[in-house]
Amino acid sequence: MARIDLDLAHAYGPNPKEDGDYALLPLKMSFADGGAYALLGPSGCGKTTMLNIMSGLLQPSHGTVKFDGVDVTAASPQARNIAQVFQFPVIYDTMTVAENLAFPLRNRKVPAAQIKQRVGVIAEMLEMSGQLDQRAANLSADAKQKISLGRGLVRSDVSAVLFDEPLTVIDPHLKWQLRRKLKQIHHELKLTLIYVTHDQVEALTFADQVLVMTRGRAVQVGSAEALFERPQHTFVGHFIGSPGMNFLPVIAKGGQLQIAGQFLTLDAGLHLPEGDLKLGVRPEYVALTAAGAPGALPVQVTQVQDIGTYVLVTARIGEQVLKARLAPDQAQPKAGEQAWFQVLGTHSCFYKNEELLA
Amino acid sequence: MSTTTKPVNQKAWWLILPVFLCVAFSAILPLMTVVNYSVQDIISPDRRVFVGTEWFAAVMRDQDLHEALWRQMVFSCSVLAVEIPLGVMLALSMPAQGWKASVVLVIVALSLLIPWNVVGTIWQIFGRADIGLMGSTLLKLGFDYSYTGNALHAWLTVLLMDVWHWTPLVALLGYAGLRSIPDAYYQAARIDGASKFAVFRYIQLPKMRGVLMIAVLLRFMDSFMIYTEPFVLTGGGPGNATTFLSQYLTQKAVGQFDLGPAAAFSLIYFLIILLLCFMLYNWMQAVGTADKTEASHG
Amino acid sequence: MANKQPFQKRTIFLFCYIVFALLPIYWMVNMSFKTNAEILSSFSFFPQHFTWENYKTIFTDASWYSGYLNSLTYVAINCVISITVALPAAYAFSRYSFLGDKHVFFWLLTNRMTPPAVFLLPFFQLYSTLGLMDTHIAVALAHLLFNVPLAVWILEGFMSGIPREIDETAYIDGYSFPRFFLTIFLPLIKAGVGVAVFFCFMFSWVELLLARTLTSVNAKPIVATMTRTVSASGMDWATLAAAGVLTIVPGAIVIWFVRHYIAKGFAMGRV
Repeated sequence: MARIDLDLAHAYGPNPKEDGDYALLPLKMSFADGGAYALLGPSGCGKTTMLNIMSGLLQPSHGTVKFDGVDVTAASPQARNIAQVFQFPVIYDTMTVAENLAFPLRNRKVPAAQIKQRVGVIAEMLEMSGQLDQRAANLSADAKQKISLGRGLVRSDVSAVLFDEPLTVIDPHLKWQLRRKLKQIHHELKLTLIYVTHDQVEALTFADQVLVMTRGRAVQVGSAEALFERPQHTFVGHFIGSPGMNFLPVIAKGGQLQIAGQFLTLDAGLHLPEGDLKLGVRPEYVALTAAGAPGALPVQVTQVQDIGTYVLVTARIGEQVLKARLAPDQAQPKAGEQAWFQVLGTHSCFYKNEELLA
Repeated sequence: MSTTTKPVNQKAWWLILPVFLCVAFSAILPLMTVVNYSVQDIISPDRRVFVGTEWFAAVMRDQDLHEALWRQMVFSCSVLAVEIPLGVMLALSMPAQGWKASVVLVIVALSLLIPWNVVGTIWQIFGRADIGLMGSTLLKLGFDYSYTGNALHAWLTVLLMDVWHWTPLVALLGYAGLRSIPDAYYQAARIDGASKFAVFRYIQLPKMRGVLMIAVLLRFMDSFMIYTEPFVLTGGGPGNATTFLSQYLTQKAVGQFDLGPAAAFSLIYFLIILLLCFMLYNWMQAVGTADKTEASHG
Repeated sequence: MANKQPFQKRTIFLFCYIVFALLPIYWMVNMSFKTNAEILSSFSFFPQHFTWENYKTIFTDASWYSGYLNSLTYVAINCVISITVALPAAYAFSRYSFLGDKHVFFWLLTNRMTPPAVFLLPFFQLYSTLGLMDTHIAVALAHLLFNVPLAVWILEGFMSGIPREIDETAYIDGYSFPRFFLTIFLPLIKAGVGVAVFFCFMFSWVELLLARTLTSVNAKPIVATMTRTVSASGMDWATLAAAGVLTIVPGAIVIWFVRHYIAKGFAMGRV
């Protein structure tokens, strides 16, 4: 179990000049000992690169990686004592489950009795004790991933376990079982776990802290709640949540907000710079309101969908699309009608150049 | 869903049909002809007598055939014993990417592309004491080398020629198999602290099993049927020291121009190879891990 | 990657093998630039009287020249047919279980187990009857006998290495079978396709007996033309050597083209 500190950048070529030359833009990040983190972002955002830098499979072009304060930037994965679980199960086909789990320990010349005991403990934790003597190659994909995980856990002094989208090849109905197992293991062993995924549900349920990334940039780190309530970047607002945050281009001038030709009065306590801004508000916090109410925005309802647990209302104001999530028991507008949405409130966020202001 | 069994789907036959037709066209009709000849005494195009299994019996009793068969077995086994390990080592040594990989690939594959009679000719020249590099070098080193006079030398030369000619086949198959191993396996092995030998034994060799099986069977079959190269190189000599089965068959068929016994011999020849390959195939399936019917190994 | 030590051993081994592989070929190239007189009289690593004569003979003699074209033609036809029919069949063997599957697979292999000499007369009769004697298509079809099983065999091996989850994920994602096969599956078995194409080319290119039997003038392949070089005055070593060198060239080109498929790594996952 270790604390990992990153202070690095990774460029493709030797002389990076602009942002596009970097796989990972300069960042500084600390992963606390025993914490469960998720690296969340779309394909190509650099999360796997970051993971491979942490594990030692890749060396960063600039900067350092420290484990418990010790510089390990040039150290091999073996020396860092990490474990990595890949996108698809990586097991040794010719060995049994027990032999697979024992492999890392045998390579370190651990005495046989100790190996047996440790393998037993891990197998028990993964609920694979009954399959120890089976050929690993014959098992299902989720069992194989458990073996991959087990090989990482079997070393009692493993510094961190890194996951690279490990549930990709698992059947959907088994995914939640494995996720639950991972949480259980985290709870029991108190290991530092770092989990890469493009699925926000996985990230938000698994991790205590989520690092959202896009195009080589680490955009925000925080708990699920922080990411949801106050996204520091429009990308986070857009990526997290289902559906993502609504964004409306607005102009702030003299205490008023101009949205698609409409004028709304801003709260006195809110200090915003004048000019072009973006207003971000989650569909969950867009409320239906009456025509004359303060802060009411007239919209044209285009679609009303009953999702079951909520009702999704899609509306237009001018060229902009706005979505609202309403409780199923609330009064619903009909498609084609005009309605009024309340978009200003404590949950509304303002962005300039994609960054959060207030 | 279980990944250890394949779904049954008879409609898959439609996918097989083109292959079946292509091969059956080339195989079944000629085969029928051969079977037809093998049970007849064709005295002249118009006079044929049905003789049943007479030819088969005669062929089986033939002492020369037994000797040729024995020579063939020794040859094929030697070929496998040298070419498979050598080919695997070569596959492991070839670079994985970059321009060096391309150059090495072309160089290694060259010997496969030479028409077999030219292969025989190259080595015939190569081994000669007067105009050949190998022949004259060996003589200068003090060896009384002669592939035309000495049976052992002839054997070794034919073997060396075959190794030179066909090892790249094993190497190319092995190489392609190695390239198909995802990087993650090597990464996981590094993380697990595996030694280079462990990587070979537990990752590379098992993953190469499929292609190696193809290589073993292919080399066995082809070496069992070898004709052109040894014929051009030694003519089967000295004496009949390097007369292998295929040449013996041709000698009988062409020399005696008797279609009946030749056809019978052909069928027996085929059955011998079939039987040996069948045994080899099943043995390899039993020994190995991943079967054709077992699933995908990630 | 890892330690330097084993890396060096492998490089030495590779170097030794390359010398071993190239030496006889070098000797042939050497000979091709000499005259017959020089070959038989003296012994040298380099031609003392360098000559292009042998190559000129080949390039000006129409029968040599057309020999190359004929060979290339029927080999190309054969490769295309072999791979095209082998791909679906290999997929079926790899993914499905059906009546007689193991037997048909083994039967395919058995077609390579007969010495071609056995088929000479029956093929001769068959193609004469069909009126296909001395055509490129005849040789291309005849060669299907041993190339199709090989292609199916190799492709099936590589296809079985791809987990079925990939297929299933594609169907869930809404890919039609042809689209899945062409855009996802084939790139994953690139190495296998490259190897299969090369082997089909190779076995068809060097095959002598059938090619010579089924052709006479119009489709006569280069391998048959080369056996002409045995004349009354003995072997025409020089021309034979030059022709030999030239037979290697098309194959070298083919492997150069498929090298990416064989050499490139296998990238798993569709992220």
